[in-house]
Amino acid sequence: MYIKKECVAMLLAGGQGSRLYALTRDMAKPAVPYGGKYRIIDFPLSNCTNSGIDTVGVLTQYQPLVLHDYIGNGQPWDLDRLHGGVHVLPPYQTALGASWYEGTANAIYQNMSFVERYDPEYVIVLGGDHIYKMDYSLMLDFHKKKEADLTIAVIDVPLEEASRMGIMTCDDTGRVVDFTEKPAQPKSTLASMGIYIFTWKKLKKYLIENEEANTGSKDFGKDIIPAMLNNDERLFAYAFDGYWKDVGTLDSLWEANMDLLSPTVTLDLYDPEWKIYSRNPIAPPQYIGESARVENSMISEGSNINGNADFSIIFDSVTIEEGAVVNYSIIMPGTVIKSGAVVEYAIVGEDCVVESGAHIGASPEQYENRDEWGIAVVGHNVKISGGAKINPKEIISEDK
Amino acid sequence: MISSNSVLGLIFANMHENNVSDLTKERTLGSVLFGGRYRLIDFPLSNMVNSGISEVGVITKSNYQSLLDHLGSGREWDLARKNGGLHLLPPFSHVGSGIYRGRLEAIYGVMDFVEHSNADYVVMSDCDVIANIDYSKAIKQHIETGADITAIYAKGIYDSAQHKATIFGIDDGRITDVTINPLICGECCISLNSFILSKKFLEKIVREAVSRSLYSFERDILQAKKEEYKIFAYEHNEYYERIDSMQSYYNANRALLNSENRQSLFKKSRPIYTKIRDNGPAKFGLESSIKNSLIADGCVIDGTVENSVLFRGVKVAKGAVVKNCILMQDTVIGKESRISNVITDKLVSIDAQRTLTGSESYPLYIGKKANI
Repeated sequence: MYIKKECVAMLLAGGQGSRLYALTRDMAKPAVPYGGKYRIIDFPLSNCTNSGIDTVGVLTQYQPLVLHDYIGNGQPWDLDRLHGGVHVLPPYQTALGASWYEGTANAIYQNMSFVERYDPEYVIVLGGDHIYKMDYSLMLDFHKKKEADLTIAVIDVPLEEASRMGIMTCDDTGRVVDFTEKPAQPKSTLASMGIYIFTWKKLKKYLIENEEANTGSKDFGKDIIPAMLNNDERLFAYAFDGYWKDVGTLDSLWEANMDLLSPTVTLDLYDPEWKIYSRNPIAPPQYIGESARVENSMISEGSNINGNADFSIIFDSVTIEEGAVVNYSIIMPGTVIKSGAVVEYAIVGEDCVVESGAHIGASPEQYENRDEWGIAVVGHNVKISGGAKINPKEIISEDK
Repeated sequence: MISSNSVLGLIFANMHENNVSDLTKERTLGSVLFGGRYRLIDFPLSNMVNSGISEVGVITKSNYQSLLDHLGSGREWDLARKNGGLHLLPPFSHVGSGIYRGRLEAIYGVMDFVEHSNADYVVMSDCDVIANIDYSKAIKQHIETGADITAIYAKGIYDSAQHKATIFGIDDGRITDVTINPLICGECCISLNSFILSKKFLEKIVREAVSRSLYSFERDILQAKKEEYKIFAYEHNEYYERIDSMQSYYNANRALLNSENRQSLFKKSRPIYTKIRDNGPAKFGLESSIKNSLIADGCVIDGTVENSVLFRGVKVAKGAVVKNCILMQDTVIGKESRISNVITDKLVSIDAQRTLTGSESYPLYIGKKANI
């Protein structure tokens, strides 16, 4: 017995996140730690809960162990529900055979039976690679008011970034008249955020047609949206003007973390009205020691700081020993930075050990040619020995 | 290892609350905040869970709203179970129960719950001791010695001028002398107010005592029956703190600034569980300066903090100086205020440019929601 839901969320969490390299070798991108105590997927999941959407299908495929374990029964996001709740949906075998999710549209197509159980009017499709706080219920109101078939959330981006994104052109009423993926000459600066609200009946029709057409891509941006535009369906753009950041690359992941320390950035993790939920570590409060110097940083539970932390995001259960220096860096859970080690402009993964004397990363001021500079990255469970030097832009995933 | 269903836990949430009457004006002793993110009941409750006990009754009598709110269904302690789990036992109003005078009457008031349990043994604990105790070892000793009652104690300095405690005299493992708040000073065997008994034996002594209108476990059982019953002692020889005054509360919080104490109390293999609040990480501003302090999640620090324990969601504004303080949940310290040796209860706000000073031996306590 399933109770009808007005809107069901489908969260695409199967992507590899190959541009995060070492950080996504053993976990899917939505499971990558962010912001001192979160994983990327906490943001769309918390947005769902805070927007009153209590039925969420999470489509997983690439390296799902960490992600599945993290989502569990959905309790941290209040998504362990009698009716609905969170459901992990990996690819499966059928009587006719087995196939991976071939594209974003195909992933939803393969889970149409999950959606149908709740007999929804609308389906919201979300990604697992952005940091933002958004009230989906307002977007749904907009969708209903416009009697739209598809509403696409858009954000105004700088012109130079527009050619890397899906760009929308709208008429005066907000109706989408043109959509181009990664245009060489962008006609507007309204970029798709990869958040779609479909009227389910329409989406179902297009998913089935797309599957029969067998385009090879089976993708929302490449197939479904152009097909709907061609058929003159009602597509609308919903403008969002809050903080929204893609964390699909190492640089953008680092920047999005640093944004939390900037007084001018509007992403507020301390708003009691819109909490970002996560699976909390079971650890005592963070200890800042006698010899510590902590400035402009975020530090999470169970961490012991006796060295310097400046402009850094320190996750839970991290140890920074006396005499160690961490500047402009992200240190993920369980990592130990030994006395005398220096970490600057770097991302260090979970459960690493950085031995005394190691030096990771360098400040951009030391580089005349800024193209030679980039953040240094150490993957998860890596040991960096005493004499090691990890240069900017270097990505380490084995002990060094 | 004991099988998980064979031991019942009983926690007394209100016992000893008069010792810190300021803190327990609006809450039970069990729901007094401690150590940046805990409540006192988290320690006995986590100890029981970590010792394989999966059925726990929490006995309370008054002011228990905050306790109910904290414990909820018991999920955070892994006690939201189909079999056993957490049971809150507020007073049950009919003749013979309700407001109790002592531990024996309190148990009598929840006798149905105790009898209903399939457990063979009962571990009883109060909420005035902060320690990481492995009850399974004590239970093993209890079974091996064939004791009627095993009392958990620790060696420590007792001074009647400052402390209140039950003191044991122990001879070859057996308790031969019991004194309550004696007028002595020196190293003693101090009761940690945790006891192990078989369930049958507990039911028997409770019924006998109540039929004679006796209610104190310490006076009417431990003291009066020490020859008749086999009462053995189990030593907890690791770190512990006892809360028996405002001063000891202040000292116990600040004792957590010592890393050895923290390591002994917060073991990775035996964690202390507590309610989750979903705060962001602690955030330290550009001009913040922090030394030797515990700063919990959700704190936003722009000022100076030294030798202090800050609970979740505390805000310290620019230019403010906080020294030797215990600031409970959601305390706000205004710009350029200077406070030292102060304990603030929940939701206290101190405006800009105030100066508040307590002393090391007599910390200044500011009640819940006060605005200064």
